[in-house]
Amino acid sequence: MQRYIVKRLLQGTLILFLVSIIVFLLGRQIGDPVALLLPEYSTEEDRIRLTEQLGLDKSLPEQYAIFIWNALQGDLGNSIRGAREPALDLVLERVPASLMLASIAVFISLLIGIPLGVLAAVKRGSLLDTTARVLALLGQATPVFLLAIMGMYIFSVQLGWFPTSGYGRPEQFVLPVLTMSCFMVAAFLRLTRASMLEVVDSEYIKLARIKGLSERNVIWKHALRNSLIPVLTFMGTIFGRMISGAVIVETIFAWPGIGRLAYDAVMQRNYPVLQAVVLFIATSFLVINLLVDILYAFIDPRIRYSQ
Amino acid sequence: MTEAVLETKDIKKYFPVIKGILFSKTTGWVKAVDGVDLYIGTGETLGLVGESGCGKTTIAKLLLMLEKLTDGSIIFRGRDLKEFTREDVRQYRKSVQAVFQNPLSSLDPRMKVGSIISEPLIVDRTLDRKGVKDRVTTVLEAVGLDPRSAKAYPQEFSGGQKQRIAIARALASDPQLIILDEPISSQDVSIRAQLMNLLKDLQDSMGVSFLFIAHDLATVRYLSDRINVMYLGKIVECTNREDLYTNPLHPYTKALLSASLPHDPDSRREGDVLSGEVPSPLNPPTGCRFHTRCSQAMPECSQTDPVFKEVQPGHSVACLLYQ
Amino acid sequence: MQLSLSAKIIVVTGLVIILVLAVIAIFAPLIAPYDPTIGELSERLKPPCWQEGGSRDHILGTDTLGRDVLSRLIYGTRTSLTVAVIAILIAGSIGSLLGITAGYLGGWVDTVIMRLTDLAFSFPTILLALVLAFVLGPSFFNIILVISLVLWVEYARMARGEALKIRGMDYVALAQVAGCSKIRIMLRHILPNVASSLIVLATLQVGMVIVLESSLSFLGVGVPPPDPDWGSMVAGGRSYIFSAWWLSAVPGVAIVITVLSFNLLGDTLTEYINPSLRRQGGW
Ligand SMILES: Nc1ncnc2c1ncn2[C@@H]1O[C@H](COP(=O)(O)OP(=O)(O)OP(=O)(O)O)[C@@H](O)[C@H]1O
Ligand code: SF4
Ligand SMILES: [Mg+2]
Repeated sequence: MQRYIVKRLLQGTLILFLVSIIVFLLGRQIGDPVALLLPEYSTEEDRIRLTEQLGLDKSLPEQYAIFIWNALQGDLGNSIRGAREPALDLVLERVPASLMLASIAVFISLLIGIPLGVLAAVKRGSLLDTTARVLALLGQATPVFLLAIMGMYIFSVQLGWFPTSGYGRPEQFVLPVLTMSCFMVAAFLRLTRASMLEVVDSEYIKLARIKGLSERNVIWKHALRNSLIPVLTFMGTIFGRMISGAVIVETIFAWPGIGRLAYDAVMQRNYPVLQAVVLFIATSFLVINLLVDILYAFIDPRIRYSQ
Repeated sequence: MTEAVLETKDIKKYFPVIKGILFSKTTGWVKAVDGVDLYIGTGETLGLVGESGCGKTTIAKLLLMLEKLTDGSIIFRGRDLKEFTREDVRQYRKSVQAVFQNPLSSLDPRMKVGSIISEPLIVDRTLDRKGVKDRVTTVLEAVGLDPRSAKAYPQEFSGGQKQRIAIARALASDPQLIILDEPISSQDVSIRAQLMNLLKDLQDSMGVSFLFIAHDLATVRYLSDRINVMYLGKIVECTNREDLYTNPLHPYTKALLSASLPHDPDSRREGDVLSGEVPSPLNPPTGCRFHTRCSQAMPECSQTDPVFKEVQPGHSVACLLYQ
Repeated sequence: MQLSLSAKIIVVTGLVIILVLAVIAIFAPLIAPYDPTIGELSERLKPPCWQEGGSRDHILGTDTLGRDVLSRLIYGTRTSLTVAVIAILIAGSIGSLLGITAGYLGGWVDTVIMRLTDLAFSFPTILLALVLAFVLGPSFFNIILVISLVLWVEYARMARGEALKIRGMDYVALAQVAGCSKIRIMLRHILPNVASSLIVLATLQVGMVIVLESSLSFLGVGVPPPDPDWGSMVAGGRSYIFSAWWLSAVPGVAIVITVLSFNLLGDTLTEYINPSLRRQGGW
C-alpha cells in the first residue's frame, strides 16, 4: 500500500512538473510581458529595469527555475490588471464560491439522480422509466450554456422569480445550482439505473429474495449498495466536467468563482492569473485523483485495476 | 525412423501465477510442460494424447513460437531455434503451419477465404499475384473445395468446410510440418472420418509431417505412426501405433485405452477405468504424478519420480513398475 | 436483429433529420437567402415572420447587426457538422490506433496509454480550450485540436477492450504463425474486427462534439466571428434576451434537435448492432 501511494505521489509530481512547464511557457508565449506590464508612457530605462526585475534577461531554464522557486513560496506573480493583486490570492479568494456551487449541485444531483435511477430500474418500462429516459436524453442534448440561458429566460425574464446574476443571497443560488445539477442528474440517473438492473438480476440478490427479505429491503439496501460502485467511480472522474461546467455557469450568472476568473483572465489576456488558475486546478485535480485512487484501493482493488 | 523434421529436448514451459493486483507477486508456477522430448520424422505423423489441461496446446504453441520456452531446446532440421536469425525465422514460419481446434476462431470473419489462405504467401512475398492465386486454387482443390470459395467469407461455410479452409491455409506455403491441435474434436462424428481421410490423403500426396494432438486414443489411432501419451506436463509413454494398442505398458495408457473402447467389455480390465479429477498442474502430486489415480500404485510411487526410459525396443515408459 | 416499431420510427426520423442537415450543410450557399456575415444595419433586430413586426424577407428575423438569422443558421449547420466530421476522423483514427496498440501489445505500452486516457478523461475540457485559445487565439484549428484531445479517449478505451478480446482469437495466433508482423496483425486483423464498434461509437459522438463545439464558440474561444456558428449565435443573443428572444432560441433549438437526432440514432444502433458496446446507461 505504501509503495503504491509513493508511486502515485511520484507520478503526480511528474505530471505537475509537466504542467508547470506548460504554464510557464504560457506566460512566455503571449509576446513581451514587459510591454504588457509597463504603463503607456515609460522610458527605455523603465523597460530595462523591469526586464531585469522580472528576470527576463536570463536564459529560459533559469527563468523557469525562478518561476518554480517563487511558485513554491506561493508567489505566482501579480495580476496585470486592476489593483495588481497577487495572482494566487485572487484564485484563493474565488475558491469558496466555486466550492459552494459545486458541492450543492453534486448533493442535489445525488439526491435526485439516485432514487430516480433506482425507481426507473425497478419499474423498468413503466411511464416513470420512459419519462426518465426522455429527460436524460434531453439533458444530454442540451448544452449547459443553453440550459442556463433558458433558465434565465423562463425564471428571471418571464416569471421574475430569481435574479439573473449575483452571489450571496439564497435566491441567487437557485439558477446556477439548477443548471450545474442538470447534467449530473442525468448521469447519475443513467448509471444508477444501469447498475441496478445488473445487480437486481445477480445471484446475490436472488439469494436475498429467497432468504425472504422484504422486497423493499432487497432493493433499497442490498441492491442499491452494490450498484453504487459505478456511481462512485463516476464521481472520481467528475472533477473535470465540474470545472468545465463551472466556467460556463459562472460566466453566465456572473458568479465570482474560479471558472469565471479563468474566463476573465483569458479575455483580458491576464497571464499571471491564468497561470495561477491552471496550476491550482491541476494540483487539486491530482490531489483529488490520488485520494480517490487510494480510497478505491482500500475499498476494492479490483474496481480500477482489472479490466 | 526417418530423419527428424523437428525434435524437442527436455522442453519446459512454466506459467507464473501472479497474485495481487496492486502489488503483484509471483506465488507459484503452473508447470504446463515439464521436460518433454519429442521426435517428429519426415513424412511421419506423431500422435500426442492426453486429457484436457495436460499441456498439449502449450507444446503446440511452443513449437509454433507463440510462447517462449522456459527451458530446453527445439531443434528444426538439426538446428536449435534459439540460434535462428530473422531469415531463419522467416523460413521456419513457412515450414511449420498449424490447424487449431475451433475453425470459428481460426478464420478471421472479416477476411475472404482467398485472403485467409493466401496470407502466409503474401507476407512471404516470394510468389507474384498470379502465383498466389494459382496456389490458392490448388490448395482449395486439394482439400475438396470449389476454387470459387475464395471469394466468399468464412461465415458462409459449414463447420467441416471451415476446417477444410483452415487446412488449405496450412498447406498454402507448402510446409514440412503441420501441427494439428485437435483438428476434428469440434466436428460432428460424420465429418470426422471425412477430415481424417483428407488429412491422410494430403500427407500421402505431399509428404508433409504431422504432429497430431488429441485427447483420446481413438482419434490418433488412424493417422499416427508413433504415439506419445502425456500426463500433467510430462510424456509417460511413447511407442509405435501397433505396439501401443496391443501392448500398452503405462497404467495411464491402459486406462485411456479402455476408455476409448467402451463397446468391448472383454478388453476392459478391472480397475483400468480412470477415476477422479486431474490434479492441478500448479501443485502436481509428488513422486509419480499419476499416483493419485493409478490403480497399480505402490507405496514408493508417491516418493520416487519415475524416469522416462526405453524398456522394450522402441518403447519408452515412465513408470516404477518397469524400472 | 429485428427493430421494434418505435425503434424503427426513431431511426427513420433521426436519419431523415440527419440527411436534411447534411444536405443543408453541403448546399448552404445555394439554400441561404443572404450572406451570413453581412448585415444591413437598418434591418437590425427584426423578429421572425410570424411575430408582429416580422416580414417574409427574414423568416427567422435578423440579429443585432442586421444579418439574416436563417442564413446564419444554415451556415452554422455547416460549421457544426464540419467540425464534428473532422474532429471525429482525427480523434477516431488516433484513438483507435492507440487503443489497438495498447490492447494488442500490452505491457508498459498499455500502461502508459491507459494512464493517458485516465488523465484526458478527467481533464477539464473547457479550461484546456480557454488556455489554447489564450495561446493560439480562437480559431477553427483550435476547436478541432481541443475536441480531438477529448474525443480520442473513448475510441482508445473501446478499441483496447475489443483488441484484448480479439488478441485471444486463434486467427491472430495463426497470423503470427504465418509470419505476419505485429503491425500487419493490428491493421489487417484487429482493426477490421473493431471497425463496426468504432463506427457506432462515432455516431454516438457526433452529438457530443456539437455540444462541445457550440460551448466553446459560446465562450468566444471557438469559431471566431463573424463566421456563423450556433454557439456564438446563442452567445450573441444573450444580452437581448429581454427584447429579442429568438436570437438565442433559434440556434438553441437547432442544437437540441441535431444533438438529439444523433444521440437517438446512435443509441438505437448500439442497442441493435453492438449491444456489448452499450453505454452504461443501457437505455
Ligand atoms: N497463458 C497461460 N497462463 C497460465 N496458465 C496457462 C496458460 N496457458 C495454459 N495454461 C495452463 O497450462 C495447462 C495446460 O494447458 P493446455 O492448454 O496446454 O492444455 P491442453 O492439453 O491443450 O488442454 P485441452 O485439451 O483442454 O486443450 C493448463 O493447466 C492451463 O491452465
Ligand atoms: S509409477 Fe506407480 S503410480 Fe505411477 S504409473 Fe507407475 S505404478 Fe502407477
Ligand atoms: Mg488444447
